[in-house]
Amino acid sequence: MTFNLTLIAIFMVFGWTYSLVLPRAWRGWALFIASVVAVYALQPPLLIRHMDFILPTATLLLVVIVWVVTAPRIGGKFRWSQADLITVGMLLIIIMGLSLLRLLPESLNLFTASRPPETLPVMVVLAIFAVVTVGMGALTTQSRQRRVLSIFILVIIGVFIILKTEALAVALSGWLREQTGRDSTLANPLTDLNWLGFSYVAFRLIHVLRDRQMGKLPDISLRDMLTYIVFFPSLTAGPIDRVERFADDMTALKEMNGRDPARLVEATARIFIGIFKKFVVADSLALFALNAINAEQTINAGGTWVLLYAYAFRLFFDFSGYSDIAIGIGLLFGVRLPENFNRPYLKNSITAFWQSWHITLSNWVRFYIFSPLTRAMLRWKRRPSSNIIALIGLMATMMIIGLWHGISLTFFIWGVWHGVGLFIHKLWSDRTRKWYNQFKKKEGQLRLWNLVGMVFTFHFVVLGWVWFALPDMTIALTVFGKLIGVGF
Amino acid sequence: MWGWLIHPEKPYTWGFIGRVGLKAMILFIIANGLFMVLQPMDFISRLSLYNVVFDGRVRLPYAGSDSSQSYAVTMDNIPAMIASHQVARPKADDEFRVLILGNSGIWGFLLPPQQTLAPQLNDMNYLLADGRRVVAYNLAYPLPLTLRDLLLLDEAMRYEPDMVVWLVSMTSFFLPSQFVDTMVINNRDGVSQLIDNYELAISLSDIKFPEHNFFGQLASSQQVLAELYRNQLYGMMWQSTESDLFIEAYAPLSNDLEEDVTWGGFEPFVPLVEDNLFFNVVDVGYTISGDIPLIVITQPMFIATGANSDVLYNNDAPRWAFDSYRALFTQLAPQRNWHYCDLWDALPNEFYTDTPFHINSEGTGELARIIGEMMTDYMEFGYLGRECE
Repeated sequence: MTFNLTLIAIFMVFGWTYSLVLPRAWRGWALFIASVVAVYALQPPLLIRHMDFILPTATLLLVVIVWVVTAPRIGGKFRWSQADLITVGMLLIIIMGLSLLRLLPESLNLFTASRPPETLPVMVVLAIFAVVTVGMGALTTQSRQRRVLSIFILVIIGVFIILKTEALAVALSGWLREQTGRDSTLANPLTDLNWLGFSYVAFRLIHVLRDRQMGKLPDISLRDMLTYIVFFPSLTAGPIDRVERFADDMTALKEMNGRDPARLVEATARIFIGIFKKFVVADSLALFALNAINAEQTINAGGTWVLLYAYAFRLFFDFSGYSDIAIGIGLLFGVRLPENFNRPYLKNSITAFWQSWHITLSNWVRFYIFSPLTRAMLRWKRRPSSNIIALIGLMATMMIIGLWHGISLTFFIWGVWHGVGLFIHKLWSDRTRKWYNQFKKKEGQLRLWNLVGMVFTFHFVVLGWVWFALPDMTIALTVFGKLIGVGF
Repeated sequence: MWGWLIHPEKPYTWGFIGRVGLKAMILFIIANGLFMVLQPMDFISRLSLYNVVFDGRVRLPYAGSDSSQSYAVTMDNIPAMIASHQVARPKADDEFRVLILGNSGIWGFLLPPQQTLAPQLNDMNYLLADGRRVVAYNLAYPLPLTLRDLLLLDEAMRYEPDMVVWLVSMTSFFLPSQFVDTMVINNRDGVSQLIDNYELAISLSDIKFPEHNFFGQLASSQQVLAELYRNQLYGMMWQSTESDLFIEAYAPLSNDLEEDVTWGGFEPFVPLVEDNLFFNVVDVGYTISGDIPLIVITQPMFIATGANSDVLYNNDAPRWAFDSYRALFTQLAPQRNWHYCDLWDALPNEFYTDTPFHINSEGTGELARIIGEMMTDYMEFGYLGRECE
């Protein structure tokens, strides 16, 4: 389930009440409980029995185990603190409590997508998990931690690849259907394996695991780690916050003035702006935005361009509106999530575009792909030229951003499109820097040049969306043809 | 980017929050109050980007069963529907404007808009003796409902027609089904005008119009406004694709029929009489069209030859009922000066698709030819031609 207006209204009422009424000491726990419950409540119903309970549970248990393996070792060993044990207890109580909702009539159960599984199997799974977690904590000594973290990163990437690769996801869905006595020929990952927020959860987990490997991860309690990974405003569509920044906000909750009008106004305004962008502008544009069906139906180049522009703006308003809502809700609860967009279509270069479009994802990929990769290449004995290093780094970065959206040829090409664009822009700006600097004294010319850059960049991005919007090469190529008046 | 919000000129205070909340509430009440008092829906409904920014639609907007794949909105706002139709464009000096009314078969279910009756008729380039071009407009709409057709005709008269062609079937005159149609029950004023101005022989109390309190009325108006807005936005898709309805795969019509000879709750095999059918709508149609010629046609239908075809023409028409309907119509037409033509068997069975009234492109072309010749004969010689004899 994505945010709808009713849900946003509930979050707003909850947020205002939280700010104005809730005792300061309870805020951290309130966010923790709300976030854990939201993992279940936001999960869409799935056709494989209990899968819509299993996947949210798996998310939470995965976070716990990642926290166990990333926690700092005291005297080389992992030790549970009292606070963390209380968090584990609370988590188990919430999960068990949600499973007990099966006793209620379905119409009264607002917190799980469908009727939860029976309580006994849930207890057994949680008990096994507890044993495994304690074991992992004991076995992951200081000396083994780095290897264990690598294994976890690989496992998360593996699950991510399976879920994002259509053929693998269908195979897994079919296998799960066979195990549960359902017709495997009806396997469909969208209805069987739609693991809410996993793309974002995976990237946050990898960030935590990698930062521990690099020794950058701050000490963080299990409660705050769980809240960080599944924080309900940003669970389904980001932004991808950084754990150290989030932890600072969690620490500051006790000091936060709940009745600060500046924060409440800013938060509420952001939510309303987001609602307008997403539910008015984006949903209107969606009625005539490019898609696989209408791409083949267009009868003239002008119409095809309009559909493509509509897609470009719809994507921006939908996603940035969603980010505004998430940021606004986060702020109501005292967490300032990072900005995700900064007028991307008004940027005058593709580099500037990527510094202002889905900023938190771009930053993540820069931190964990581009920088380590280029640094590693710089350390090679036979070091490639700086241009080759930039080309490889940019292509790898953009291909991963592309494949993060789904492992398919069109997303791959979309990544390559932007990788090539960024590389060409790098070469261009290296060669024209002096020439460009002379504009800085001539304001009119500079403005004109920036305008040309903006129009060019916008259209480069818009044409790239053809690969992003359409599910296969043939349709994408047909649309490119139609845009230049060919193929009607 | 958000500096204006985060760092305002004056710091936000609780007084500011209270004033904003109060102003928002007052503006909400004023806007909705004005809307309730001024009742601007009629005016707003006729404002349209169609025929100005976008081409007018070839047929009335209808989303079908899968609205997610259609570029049209199913709505009950007749002025808005017709304002988005190409009939709302200015009439050319040499144009002989013909409105075509009818059910889904004439609207063109399972056909792209360009292959429906009116465009095919226009492609035949009929010219009248005085040099005017026959330009037909598809104002048909799914479901055979003549009361709904009257509402459409009443609104369409403002767009200067020169002739009306109204295709009907026996089911179109079944009275109870007229009263439950959403377009009828959501157009109380229109029905009321038909009764008051044209002596439509029904009572408003026959129809269960929705009763709204203030908030219900508000919600209903918002729904209508949302439909208007979406109808305008879909103009872009219409302009870009000339497509409106997702054409689904269909199961072809069976030539073998189920042995069910009941129709309309009347006693089987007892011929229908005038009171059983809602023929008053035809009189009202003539009153609405005034001096403009109106031709009423019993539209072609599938005539089964398989199992049970000895008692049924098709699943919608038991022989006993349909034969008496035709006899009644043929008898009443000269008595009441209706220009009537019976084309019930004008098309061979291979032209029908999924229902006894849905015809394919070729069948529609053939029907267009017949109607085109009928119209020109009527305009030139004052009779409906040999097909109607």
